Amino acid sequence: MSVKKFAVACYHDEAVLFPAVRKVRGSGYKLHDVYSPFPVHGLDTALGLKQTDLHIAGFCYGITGTATALGFMSWVLTKDWSINYGGKPFFSLPAFIPITFELTVLFAAVGMVLTFCYLNQIMPGVKKHIFHPRQTDDLFVVALEITDPSAELEMIDFLKTTGAVETSVQTAEEGWWYGFWDKEEVYEKVG
Amino acid sequence: MNGNKDYHQVTEDICRPVEQKPTKLWYLGFITSLIFLGFGAFSVFWEVYWGIGTWGINRTVGWGWDITNFVWWVGIGHAGTLISAILLLFRQGWRTGVNRAAEAMTIFAVMCAGMFPIFHMGRVWNAFYVLPYPNTRGPLWPNFNSALLWDVFAISTYFTVSLLFWYSGLVPDFATIRDRAKTKLRKKLYGIASFGWTGTAKNWQRFEALALVLAGLATPLVLSVHTIVSMDFATSVIPGWHTTIFPPYFVAGAIFSGFAMVNTLLVLVRKIFRLEDYITLGHIEAMNKVIVLTGSIVGVAYLSELFIAWYSQVRYEQDAFKWRIMGPYWWSYWAMMTCNVVSPQLFWVKKLRRNIVFTFILSIVVNIGMWFERFVIIVTSLYRDYLPSSWTYYSPTWTELGFYLGTFGLFFTCFFLFAKYFPVIAIAEIKFVLKTSGENYKEKMLPLEEKSTDEFIHIAEHSH
Repeated sequence: MSVKKFAVACYHDEAVLFPAVRKVRGSGYKLHDVYSPFPVHGLDTALGLKQTDLHIAGFCYGITGTATALGFMSWVLTKDWSINYGGKPFFSLPAFIPITFELTVLFAAVGMVLTFCYLNQIMPGVKKHIFHPRQTDDLFVVALEITDPSAELEMIDFLKTTGAVETSVQTAEEGWWYGFWDKEEVYEKVG
Repeated sequence: MNGNKDYHQVTEDICRPVEQKPTKLWYLGFITSLIFLGFGAFSVFWEVYWGIGTWGINRTVGWGWDITNFVWWVGIGHAGTLISAILLLFRQGWRTGVNRAAEAMTIFAVMCAGMFPIFHMGRVWNAFYVLPYPNTRGPLWPNFNSALLWDVFAISTYFTVSLLFWYSGLVPDFATIRDRAKTKLRKKLYGIASFGWTGTAKNWQRFEALALVLAGLATPLVLSVHTIVSMDFATSVIPGWHTTIFPPYFVAGAIFSGFAMVNTLLVLVRKIFRLEDYITLGHIEAMNKVIVLTGSIVGVAYLSELFIAWYSQVRYEQDAFKWRIMGPYWWSYWAMMTCNVVSPQLFWVKKLRRNIVFTFILSIVVNIGMWFERFVIIVTSLYRDYLPSSWTYYSPTWTELGFYLGTFGLFFTCFFLFAKYFPVIAIAEIKFVLKTSGENYKEKMLPLEEKSTDEFIHIAEHSH
């Protein structure tokens, strides 16, 4: 987590964004991130991002739920306190299925959402730098990290050739910090 | 989606109601809801203070309006997740216009539903006894073989998962409102609500993965919840309840009533917030088609019940159905039949399916019918069973009525707040389908569609 300088380009349409992303990746500049107001299909592939493993995590949470429910009910009804319900066997598997299913779904859903928040570093009270206020509205934003200060102008010129409708140079914290969104950012406070 | 829209226009249209001052109509509705809620709270207070004896239920009819209302609200709560989850898996593009409001409706309806079994317990301060927690009585665990306990798990899981599904979709839209906010308070509150979402490519990739898996989980969950609710009845030995047809019959009825409630609300929302371009006649018609389908399934279920009662040659089954049709509660049976089986058949006519006023009226008729269905199943199965000396007649008292009205208050209070402070249509999802569903974009596709296959492939290959 540190304050860095970024060359920022905004595009008005995903049809312009795709060729721009291709050019940026070929240019050798360090790509910080791409922001869009909605999920753009194929953008992850265009950026060379790996597929997410979130669903595998979900599966693991799910079977944890299955095991918890089955294990717990079996333990209660066969070991801890067996009760004869209408002469049915203590280990009555068919009757355990509904709760087992519900707990599988519950564990998978809650676990996945928490993992989603953790991976994306989002939580109530988290604040991040917004490169353009319309990046959650109708603009697609590409941010390049300026690693060599002398290349700043060159980078901006390059971004302009990719079809950007707006370019800027911004100094910003690259990670997240605790804060409210009505306050102006104070980068010195970042640890 | 109608009209000439670009991404920014979509944001403007959907954020407008959130950013404007509420109208007089909104205040009127909200305050009316609060009054109902207040009366409900008083009725519930009365019941808790004096005991369950303030209700009309008795030894024969132990489940009255409370469980009727419970099943009714849970049924309504089925449409939201069905629209968002099952229609997502079936790739039904039209769901994007209505899913947010429908999911909100689901959550509020399940909240209302949950009130009834809790306060039916009487000594509500002991409600936590139904949870399996380590206690000083052994520990003594709840009966995991009981359909009633399955229900506790089903409803609470359904509520939690629907809430997570709904809120995870809301996060990016809250970020949109946050970044447009003019006042400090809005920035602060929507900033908290948006979890600090910025919308990087990786964020969106995970977002889509999460939505897909949650939809996959929620799909069987929707079906399981009303299946389990129906098992509350079907696993007992009461004539009229002890039937294997209950799970599919209840699920169809739930979708039926849920879609009707979605129509009731959306007809109002699109009018009040001028969102006719997003919630189109096409949406309303699609939902009316689902209503006529599920209404017919429900109708077939009613008739199969009658047939099986006769065919089984079980005296008690036959009598249960005879008393339903011709007994002192005949009016409830025939209200159910008229509202649920006969009236939705009018939706075979395309003109009526696309008529807003007719849709609105019929959506209310359907929900009245579905309330009577639950009343018929519960009360007319209980009031005359094996022992004629226990036969009785049940009518609710003012506390039961007040409780029911109170849940309407709760539901609409929540819905009015939602409609004012939340984006009622999923902004990001609409933008995602804009270029395939937007009217202006569809027009651009026409010349492309007229081209031969070879030409089209050539264009497609060189487009990026």
